[in-house]
Amino acid sequence: MTDATANSVKLHNWSSEANAARIRSRYAADRRLQIYGIAAISSAILVLAILIGSLVMSGASAFFQTKASVEFYLDPAVIDKDDINNANYRKIVTDSFAKLFPEVTTPRQKTELQKILSTEVRFTLRDYVAANPGAIGSTVRLTVPLSDPFDQLYKGVIPPRLDALSAQEKARFENRLKNRGLIDIVDGRTVAKVNLYIDPAKVPADNIGGGNFQAILTEGIDALFPGQRIAGIYAMFDDGAAEVIKQYVISNPGSIGKTVENLAVPVSKPYDTLNKGERPLIPNPRVGGENEIAWFERLQNLNVLSSPFSTELFLNANSRFPEQAGLSGAIVGSFYALLVCFLISFPTGIAAAVYLEEFAPKNRWTDLIEVNINNLAAVPSIVFGLLGLAVFLNLFGLPRSAPLVGGMVLALLTLPTIIIATRAALKSVPPSIRQAALGIGASKHQVVMHHVLPLAMPGIMTGTIIGMAHALGETAPLLLIGMNAFITSAPTDILEAATALPAQIYSWSDSPERGFVARTSAAILVLLGFLVFMNGIAIFLRQRFERKW
Amino acid sequence: MFTYVFFTVLIIAVVGYFMGRAKAVATVGGDESRLHSRTGYHGAFIAAWVGVPAFIVTLVWLMFQNSVIDTLLLQSLPTGRIDGLSDAQVDLLISQIKSYAAGISFGDVDIAVREAAERYNAWREIARWSMLAVIAAVALAGLVIARARISPEFRARHGVERVLTGFMIVCSVIAILTTLGIVLSLLFEAARFFAIIPVVDFLTGLNWEPQIALRADQGISQGAFGMIPVLAGTLLISFIAMAVAVPIGLLSAVYLTEYASKSFRAVVKPILEVLAGVPTVVYGFFAILVVAPALREFAASFGVEMAPNSALAAGFVMGIMIIPFVSSLSDDAINAVPRSMRDGSYAMGATKGETITRVLLPAALPGIVGGILLAVSRAIGETMIVVMAAGIIAKLTLNPLEPVTTVTVQIVTLLIGDSEFDNPKTLAAFALGLMLFLVTLCLNIIALRIVQKYREQYD
Repeated sequence: MTDATANSVKLHNWSSEANAARIRSRYAADRRLQIYGIAAISSAILVLAILIGSLVMSGASAFFQTKASVEFYLDPAVIDKDDINNANYRKIVTDSFAKLFPEVTTPRQKTELQKILSTEVRFTLRDYVAANPGAIGSTVRLTVPLSDPFDQLYKGVIPPRLDALSAQEKARFENRLKNRGLIDIVDGRTVAKVNLYIDPAKVPADNIGGGNFQAILTEGIDALFPGQRIAGIYAMFDDGAAEVIKQYVISNPGSIGKTVENLAVPVSKPYDTLNKGERPLIPNPRVGGENEIAWFERLQNLNVLSSPFSTELFLNANSRFPEQAGLSGAIVGSFYALLVCFLISFPTGIAAAVYLEEFAPKNRWTDLIEVNINNLAAVPSIVFGLLGLAVFLNLFGLPRSAPLVGGMVLALLTLPTIIIATRAALKSVPPSIRQAALGIGASKHQVVMHHVLPLAMPGIMTGTIIGMAHALGETAPLLLIGMNAFITSAPTDILEAATALPAQIYSWSDSPERGFVARTSAAILVLLGFLVFMNGIAIFLRQRFERKW
Repeated sequence: MFTYVFFTVLIIAVVGYFMGRAKAVATVGGDESRLHSRTGYHGAFIAAWVGVPAFIVTLVWLMFQNSVIDTLLLQSLPTGRIDGLSDAQVDLLISQIKSYAAGISFGDVDIAVREAAERYNAWREIARWSMLAVIAAVALAGLVIARARISPEFRARHGVERVLTGFMIVCSVIAILTTLGIVLSLLFEAARFFAIIPVVDFLTGLNWEPQIALRADQGISQGAFGMIPVLAGTLLISFIAMAVAVPIGLLSAVYLTEYASKSFRAVVKPILEVLAGVPTVVYGFFAILVVAPALREFAASFGVEMAPNSALAAGFVMGIMIIPFVSSLSDDAINAVPRSMRDGSYAMGATKGETITRVLLPAALPGIVGGILLAVSRAIGETMIVVMAAGIIAKLTLNPLEPVTTVTVQIVTLLIGDSEFDNPKTLAAFALGLMLFLVTLCLNIIALRIVQKYREQYD
């Protein structure tokens, strides 16, 4: 019996190979977890880097505006000295700008030429003349903005010409035609050798000239690319290809009803260029045609173009034209809304927090208020927008799109944040301060007003600034109360219709023009700049004034 | 005018403050120690008596001024002018008069409107000046009454403190009023909606086509208001977001709390917090500028067709936004696990990884789940990312490559632009808002409960 017991006790062999392997695998699992953690953190940071990087890359160009320095002749025949504001400045711009292009003579082309300049130019000119009435009759040199496509062209955001053929189209040409030896060059023109059945039903022997050679070519192409029948394939052949077949059949009438093998048919221009080893290009449709490119190159050669820092971005309000659209309206609107928000939420928030933290008795009511504040902090912001719409606009009849209403909604939104931050700051003031003040005969109010609140102020300010930064970036509630209005001038008071910075970003991001993509990114960079600034102040306050007791 | 009122009251209050101080000093012949309250309190007492009644009167005045003038305006119109007009037409008439009075006129304006506009302008002028006069009178009356009470024994400090306490109570009640305002306005508008569209149709309908004909003779006069596809889209996008945010947030929290050195943590944690500070409109633009095209290209390289406003792109970006949220809440939950449990696990010879997966995470699970629920409620209520990156058409699908719409997108699209409060299209937004509010409220309450219970367990 004792033997059996002794045998059943197995001693663990700590130095066995199996044990070592087990420990290795346990530590490998530990390392794997670490690696997952690092991977998770780095992926989050990577996305942040991509976010900032892509915004900087796409937005940087909007901080500069391409301008042309042009001489304008302020024709006294066009500008009436007594009615300066209603003169036909468009004509002056058109005529003066066209002087740079002697070959442009027709009115039609002159109009096309205007597309290079921003439509704003005539107003710039009007304002100039209004400010300098004495200049009428003389020639002045002004630096005026270019329109969006040419602005983008100058900055190199868009190329003047695009590839005419996609990679797929090139590959198709190489693999299906060239590599099979079907491509040749005849008289400097690239041709493809196609087998064509000259169908007597399509080409009557008695009227060869009236035959449907296009249909014959189509059939021949279909035979080359069986079962594809897509436009890109037919576009490989030149428009004159049918004519070539026609000429062949006219000179060889015997071919009707037979299949002509390896007939050389010209390919279309891009493929011709490709076959000759060059890049087939077409003018970028955003810019226009070859004319526009030539005009633009002329301006570049004349050395009248420059791309200075865009003051328009900060001084102009919104516009339908990206090169004139600026942020001043949105910045002022956001400022007013935040001002209202601060004036309401800061005193209210502090008062509520002081009451709950220092004065309130512990009862069901104050519990209810506490639960309420915690829940309000988690209510989706769009719900506050609904509240603003139903109560402030519909019930109180306050004006739509006004920064006042926006500020009120944002105040309700930030109130819980401020209350929670203030309570935390009040809690961190040690009780000994309160007791000392009470001990020398201060009233409860005096303790709070003279001692606790001043000591808690840095923490309260930090929380408030963070709350304000949050309110600055809030968009959804502003959309519901109409603060995404299209307004072309900055608001002058809190009751005027206005837009706000994030709402402006939203409406620009919806615009199809290429220039607005850069403008949107630039607006985001400006917004992020404000946020960094505000959070920087909060961090500074925290580090400079917050005391550890 | 409001500015005039404000500064008038302010000046009277400041004057009252100094008068109060002066009188307090005068009553004791300069011996301030004989006063019950310090002189500043006497001044502040008068200032409060000037400011508070004036403020209340101003509020009441502003609330009723417009409706009183409107009523007077309607009564002053020639008899028979508003007979047989509906409420909406009467409103139109009033706004026509007002815009004419403001100098904006469209087309022909009849003589009655023109005269009414003149009267309107005159009355407004009267109202403005009488408001200033009345409020100034109230403020002065307050000054006189309060000043009469000042004496050496007068307990001015108690009076001021009572006013302050009252102000603080009013401010705390604002939080309740806000909630009440939200609930009532949502309920009220939603009730009007459900009077047109039955609740059951709204909750169980499989079609969401809120397009309403502008004229009665147009084809579709009644839209379909079934919220299931909208709800399904919301859940799909939220699910994608959580699928991104939970693993990344949880793993980074685990690494930061357990493995990372103090300096690494000090650098990385704020960087992760930046993700939470980026406004959502920026994420929305990021989704359409970078993420959606990149995902499309990626899908196309496998020969998969993907919509430009797919649920995947919106959900992914939303997930990125939520990472710091999940991460910091999990961080708190893991940190709250008592030191002794960790030490016990190490004493048994467990590796760090085993301690985390077998001890810390199970122990912290309630806290983590609570945090995830809060994050889900965030995702459901998030608006700008989906407004910019997700679709508008409600489609009942589970395919993340297709566009879907969400509750918040629908609210915004239904309410942006004009908002006439008499058609089901606008009211539907409030019904959706009510759903959104209730769902997020429930999630928050459950999550806070779980987190609280769990904290108590270890405290």
